[in-house]
Amino acid sequence: MSGHLNLTLKIWRQKNTNDKGQFVTVQAKDIADDMSFLEMLDVVNEDLTRKGEDPIYFDHDCREGICGMCSLVINGRPHGPKYGITTCQLHMRSFHDGQTIVIEPWRAAAFPVLKDLAVDRTSFDRIQQAGGYVNINTGGAQDANNILIPKRVADEAFESATCIGCGACVAACKNASAMLFVSAKISQFALLPQGQTERYERAQAMVDQMDAEGFGNCTNTGACEAECPKGIKLTNIARMNREYFTAKFFRQEDVHA
Amino acid sequence: MSKSKPVLTSSLGKKLIMSLTGLFLCTFLIVHLIGNLQLFKDDGGYAFNNYAYFMTHFTPIKVVSYLLYASIIIHAVYALILTLKNKSARPIGYNQYDGKANSAWNSRNMGILGTVLLVFIVTHMQNFWYQYKFGTTPYVEYHTELATGNRETIFAENVPADYTGYVTYVNDGIETVKSKDLYKQVEVTFQNPLLVGLYVLGMAALSFHLIHGFQSAFQTIGFNHRRYNGIIRGLGVWIFGIIIPILFASMPLYFYFVK
Amino acid sequence: MLDSKVPAGPLAEKWSKHKFDMKLVNPANKRKFTIIVVGTGLAGASAAASLAELGYNVKTFCYQDSPRRAHSIAAQGGINAAKDYQNDGDSVFRLFYDTIKGGDYRAREANVYRLAQVSVNIIDQCVAQGVPFAREYGGLLDNRSFGGAQVSRTFYARGQTGQQLLLGAYSALNRQIQKGKVESYTRHEMLDIVKINGEAKGIITRDMVTGKIESHAGHAVLLCTGGYGNVFFLSTNAMGCNVTAAWRAHKRGAFFANPCYTQIHPTCIPVTGDHQSKLTLMSESLRNDGRVWVPKTIELSEKLRKGEIKPKDIKEDDRDYFLERKYPSFGNLVPRDVASRNAKEMVDEGRGVGKSGVAVFLDFADAINRLGKDTVEAKYGNLFDMYYQITDENPYEQPMRIYPAVHYTMGGVWVDYNLMTTVPGLYCLGEANFSDHGANRLGASALMQGLSDGYFVIPYTVGDYLAKIGNFNPVDHNNPAFEQTRKEVEDYVNKLLSLKGSKTVDDIHKKLGHIMWEYCGMARTAEGLTKAKGLIQELRKEFWSDVCVLGKNEELNMSLEKAGRVADFLELGELMVVDALERNESCGGHFRLESQTEDGEAKRDDENYAYVAAWEYKGENQPEVLHKEELVFENVKLTQRSYK
Repeated sequence: MSGHLNLTLKIWRQKNTNDKGQFVTVQAKDIADDMSFLEMLDVVNEDLTRKGEDPIYFDHDCREGICGMCSLVINGRPHGPKYGITTCQLHMRSFHDGQTIVIEPWRAAAFPVLKDLAVDRTSFDRIQQAGGYVNINTGGAQDANNILIPKRVADEAFESATCIGCGACVAACKNASAMLFVSAKISQFALLPQGQTERYERAQAMVDQMDAEGFGNCTNTGACEAECPKGIKLTNIARMNREYFTAKFFRQEDVHA
Repeated sequence: MSKSKPVLTSSLGKKLIMSLTGLFLCTFLIVHLIGNLQLFKDDGGYAFNNYAYFMTHFTPIKVVSYLLYASIIIHAVYALILTLKNKSARPIGYNQYDGKANSAWNSRNMGILGTVLLVFIVTHMQNFWYQYKFGTTPYVEYHTELATGNRETIFAENVPADYTGYVTYVNDGIETVKSKDLYKQVEVTFQNPLLVGLYVLGMAALSFHLIHGFQSAFQTIGFNHRRYNGIIRGLGVWIFGIIIPILFASMPLYFYFVK
Repeated sequence: MLDSKVPAGPLAEKWSKHKFDMKLVNPANKRKFTIIVVGTGLAGASAAASLAELGYNVKTFCYQDSPRRAHSIAAQGGINAAKDYQNDGDSVFRLFYDTIKGGDYRAREANVYRLAQVSVNIIDQCVAQGVPFAREYGGLLDNRSFGGAQVSRTFYARGQTGQQLLLGAYSALNRQIQKGKVESYTRHEMLDIVKINGEAKGIITRDMVTGKIESHAGHAVLLCTGGYGNVFFLSTNAMGCNVTAAWRAHKRGAFFANPCYTQIHPTCIPVTGDHQSKLTLMSESLRNDGRVWVPKTIELSEKLRKGEIKPKDIKEDDRDYFLERKYPSFGNLVPRDVASRNAKEMVDEGRGVGKSGVAVFLDFADAINRLGKDTVEAKYGNLFDMYYQITDENPYEQPMRIYPAVHYTMGGVWVDYNLMTTVPGLYCLGEANFSDHGANRLGASALMQGLSDGYFVIPYTVGDYLAKIGNFNPVDHNNPAFEQTRKEVEDYVNKLLSLKGSKTVDDIHKKLGHIMWEYCGMARTAEGLTKAKGLIQELRKEFWSDVCVLGKNEELNMSLEKAGRVADFLELGELMVVDALERNESCGGHFRLESQTEDGEAKRDDENYAYVAAWEYKGENQPEVLHKEELVFENVKLTQRSYK
């Protein structure tokens, strides 16, 4: 079962946002195939540290595929060669001895590189801040069972809500579009009764912010859906478009402009 | 929540324009194809030339055709605007990008396919529309005995000096049609293998463009429904991706190889 | 003796009476106050949003790149609430009772009762925010029984309840950020608190991107910084989880309570090798259908380990379903501490499985036979996939291997009934405080506590403190205390950066983890703990003399971040050992081999140890001083926990 690999890593190194950056080749020796990909990088970093060299900076936290902090484009694929998982869930048994692995950060104008493989994804937060919520204060909520929600609606809303905000959709999209991310949140609230009151303002506000952050446009290639570690569906984008156009063309009272 | 931007300046608004102009062009393809199928009629171009006159002189059709030209231009211009915007959304590209792992080739290369189509359209317009309107075309007269359907066809290399435009009249049970012979023009044009090649290439581009573009347009409008997605995808692939481009492509091939 | 400030009166009326007795801040005056919230998990985000809604100005800080990534997000199972939607006899008192009993009678009655009371509001609040809880076909909320509870009171969102609740709180927080009431600082690490006249009036943070060390002033400071499970190096916590904020507050006067109470979760994926960076938990719900077993004999175990036989080669008669055997009425659903300890016992006997022999089986073969593969897949599919992903073994075909791992820390910063620490103006919420779970936390209670503290407790109690300040002036940021503390932190960071030894920070951290796991893990002895204390002291010396911290302050510096955290773990680790040594009884997650019943169960000593051990920091290399808070039980009768 467990073998050992020797790998050549071509890794993007960049001191800070203003640095130009370049690829650096590092050897990873004697890597157990039951290591996770990030543990492999840990091992490389320990070696670098012992040699007095700056370890490779990469974002990661929960290491169980839910926090959305880890990233990395591995051999041209966000979160690596497997589908439906994040980089932290990728294991070295997916690679073979002697392989060269190219590791790059997410690439998007709206995701500037902070250092090495870590990027700044606060643009995602600002999109959420523009309208990704229900306008209610703490306290005073009615009993949770007062509004019935059909199971299939709740389930569908849940599917949209499972987005972990990692940014793989942007990284995968040839246009660096964030529409899958934005549409997932718009969908969640468009489906649930709780989200109805500001349904159309929300769609407009979040789309506006998305545009302001400098993300690209969707050309419906489906790359985002294929690479999304949580399987968020393209249907969400159609729903976002529908919400937005409904707001713009048919809901004059909800249009602030 | 703050004031919202006008729809047409937003990313979704621009995509909506792409989608609507694209779909409009798709409907035109059907009309264009039905008309052009007359080329396969072995009647010396009688039906085709009448159709050509009708298409270029019937007012509602003329209005639609101006909309059509506008659509092509808008579609292309917005494609350019969106592409530039998309490029600026990723100023530094990947060293390795494994697109085939997550998406179809044609969906990622709509711009290239569209450019091929644009070159094709310009050539196509020059070959026929321009020649028909402003250039030199052959000339033809049809004399059809209405009672029997017997037809005498008189060809001429060039339009006679006294020709003032398409005429049709009936005299003594014989219908006379005098017209520019676009049919002959087609025949002549498609003796050029380079042009035949370009037309077939153009139709291949059309096929790949529409296999993605047709269903993509519906997705952009926001039409995505489990029950109908199969139909839309089916229409996109079979009608617009396969049947229409093949029939169009068969025309130059027919004239080059058969006629 | 510590004053818990629990209000007088009958248990059920304490909180409502206290809410009335507390002073209020006039709505127009609320905007004159600034509150600092450190940590943006369930407790922090919910507190920050709720306080901002009331009108206070709030500043939030988190070390992650977004508030949404706090480790609350990883909670899988669910959240308890005494809604009694299932008509199965649940009530506020029953939730209270279960929690007190589950915590082995080492929690404060009044706090736990309040927790049970507000649990119902939490669900209402979250649903109103658009949290997509699981529903039944009729559209009502679905519940499941969880973690050994006899009633179905757990609300859940598939296996991602923590994520959905956190995103709910994050959305409420976002709304306030948009309104300008909350200023959010991400990739910022709190390195100290600032005290003026003995009260907490600000914090010192390091911007992890630029390295800038700066001070922030506020009228009150809320620590919502989570638990310290990463002192074990390997735990189910996120890589970045740390004790630094709580520990630095401790060094500034906040007492640290019951540090030895740690929860070891029974169903985690076993360690594969020394490279391992963290452990992955699989939801406890697996024990609802999975059966835990090991081979009856050591010989069979050895054959398994060598790969000579496969699990299915072992006949039914040769299997020991040890939980079902020892606890016929609860079976595989015994509380976490009991399940964990029994797994360890099996491994210690030499009957462990897997290559390392440090694991037991969790078998779904019976469930698949009984329910069909599809039903099992519908229930646990995502967990099975996760297991397969990590181990490359298919749990539909062979039993899972599981082993306990550090999961949660019940101990934490001591707080009174108002969640205020021993430093006035400094509060502590969620897992970071010690208050509600006693010596063992029940499943689906952590989310409940975080949100209870943040949404429904702190908005009242902080107001009481602010109303009593007596003036509405902003905190004087020019007070020399700010610059002085900032300078101290800067010097400390420079001291870390000057370390140029031969060991990496992880080398030391792993060693600490081994010591803690070996001597302060699932079973503890006076001898072992004494030894551990010495080992940790030596290790701390090694850290300060031989560790290597690379780079400079003015950059994203992984070495520096880790070094600061591990330095604090090295001090905390010693206190945990001291606390464990001092508590010469077994209770909940704290199991002293010296104190067990004839059946090998945890044996409490209520006469001598029914208190909270709160430790006071006395300076570098000085022994910490123990303060006791007597635990008075007026509403429950203390009994020996039995799950037979």
